[in-house]
Amino acid sequence: MESNLITEDKQKNKLEKAFEILKTMASKPSGLIGLTIVLFHVILALISPYIAPYDYKAISPNTMLLAPSAEHWFGTDSLGRDVFTRTILGGRTALTVTFFGSLIALLWGGLLGIFCGLVGGKIDDVVMRVVDAFLSIPWILAMLLIVSLLGTSTEVLIPALGFFYGKGIVRVARAATHDVIAKDFIVSARARGHSNMSIIWNEIIPNVRDAILVEGAMRWSWMLLGFSSLSFLGFGVSPPTPDWGLMISNARGLMSFAYWSVIAPIVGLSSLIIGINLTADAFAKALGIDRSTKAPV
Amino acid sequence: MLLLILKRIGLGLITLFIVSLITFVGVEVLPGDACTTYLEREAYGAALDACIKRLGLDVPAYERYLDWASNVVRGDFGYSLSGEMPINEVLGPRVKNSLVLASVSILIGIPLAIVLGIITALWRDKLPDIMISTITIFSMTIPEFISATLLILIVAIWLGWLPGIVIIPSDATFYELLSNIILPVVAISMIMTAHMARMVRSSVIQVMASDYVQMAILKGVPYWKMIFRHVLPNALLPAINVVALTIAWLLGGVVVTEVVFNYPGLGRLVIESISNRDLPVVQALAIILASIYVGINLIADLMTLMLNPRLKSLQIRK
Repeated sequence: MESNLITEDKQKNKLEKAFEILKTMASKPSGLIGLTIVLFHVILALISPYIAPYDYKAISPNTMLLAPSAEHWFGTDSLGRDVFTRTILGGRTALTVTFFGSLIALLWGGLLGIFCGLVGGKIDDVVMRVVDAFLSIPWILAMLLIVSLLGTSTEVLIPALGFFYGKGIVRVARAATHDVIAKDFIVSARARGHSNMSIIWNEIIPNVRDAILVEGAMRWSWMLLGFSSLSFLGFGVSPPTPDWGLMISNARGLMSFAYWSVIAPIVGLSSLIIGINLTADAFAKALGIDRSTKAPV
Repeated sequence: MLLLILKRIGLGLITLFIVSLITFVGVEVLPGDACTTYLEREAYGAALDACIKRLGLDVPAYERYLDWASNVVRGDFGYSLSGEMPINEVLGPRVKNSLVLASVSILIGIPLAIVLGIITALWRDKLPDIMISTITIFSMTIPEFISATLLILIVAIWLGWLPGIVIIPSDATFYELLSNIILPVVAISMIMTAHMARMVRSSVIQVMASDYVQMAILKGVPYWKMIFRHVLPNALLPAINVVALTIAWLLGGVVVTEVVFNYPGLGRLVIESISNRDLPVVQALAIILASIYVGINLIADLMTLMLNPRLKSLQIRK
């Protein structure tokens, strides 16, 4: 009975803490704007299939390159498809791919980093050398190699992005673990005879979690940038899929007389990236982590 | 000191070696090899065998790696598939074009970033800072292909001031290039400047809060003298490393920008060679781009070492 009460109490505390962090984030205008934008995009991504007025892949020669009007709010593209429909569905693609990609990046980057920080020595040296080598291949070349190797379906893109953007998290997780591991409470846990697993789970992860989460939030916006750049170059998701990068690259050639079909996805993508960035910054500040002097690697 | 420099160079070489292994293995497991790509539909029977023999694909992979690596060390990247030109000849003009683009962007970007960073730090949270910081946040978060596309739409199409895309051959002369690179340079240096200005800003803010600056203020050192003598040297030093990492990170952005503006540099070659499955060129590009990254970081490390008296004495004492 008593132990039950304690876990309940703990969970309530966790929720309260999360709420507290959100409140701190929203207390500054930049954080509030960021949170609002991200929330707006997430809600739009969830409901877009139900509110989309047209079929996103319905091609029609009669409605080619129409200017914005009451029927087509953002006009139509060169194949006669409704730009509004494709723009709101594009957010769904971007958010799904990058959300699951970030999750994978956090998991493998965080775990490998903690592992390296713990074991140290030769294994740590070798792993960090390889991570450094991966860091020194420009992201675009590495992503293009992976994609041309495995194809461009979302089942490939998500783990590929997750793998590639996780390597930076390895460094952060490792550094954070290094800081924690010398502390007294780890030594006393060892002295109490806790197993390695229990030390990792109960002592180390709670202490490095914040740093890893902040890094992950930052990676999320870079991953969105990388993903849409890939689509823009023609190596991301394949056509009829509504995707902002793809829409911009298709509409670019005709923008001298049909600028609306390029403006709509540009506004969508830019606002989401700025929103995620502001949110990640506010998140870092709310957790008391300063990353203003870090390079974007 | 010398030992430290040698160690850094050694680490850089090890990194390059791992990069070469990664790309070699990556290219090796790509579906199809050089011969099936080159011969396309005729890739069967005697023609395929002859090609495999000619390109030496019948020897084991590790032997080919050693062969390739030893040639690369001597500066010979072998032959490209499309057109069968030596890769060095393909790369030459591209490297020059990208160098022009990058160096003009850096020459404009770094001084501008330092000035903007100092202004935003000294007038922190006042009007100049808020205005400049808002612009820098916008230009560093928006993807390169979006800012480049918007630049074309606004400057080239709506205002009609400059040509929207670069239409020059890859072996254009330096002067032909200069008149064509204004928009690409603006696109690249905008993002670069924004990143670096943010770092200079936070670095200056940190130094301004330090004890020795407080001391200088209390001593009555004139404001601007204090800024130039005490703040800037200490603030810009740690920024060097970060700036180097940023430049290297922006290599990816340069690729995208070159594609948007149709600029005949290394970046567009990356896309072309991957689309054409020109694997030898892909390998060569990976090594070159990684060397640029390693090289820039090495130079930054050395510069910090040279400029930081504390690190120097630390090494001597050891």
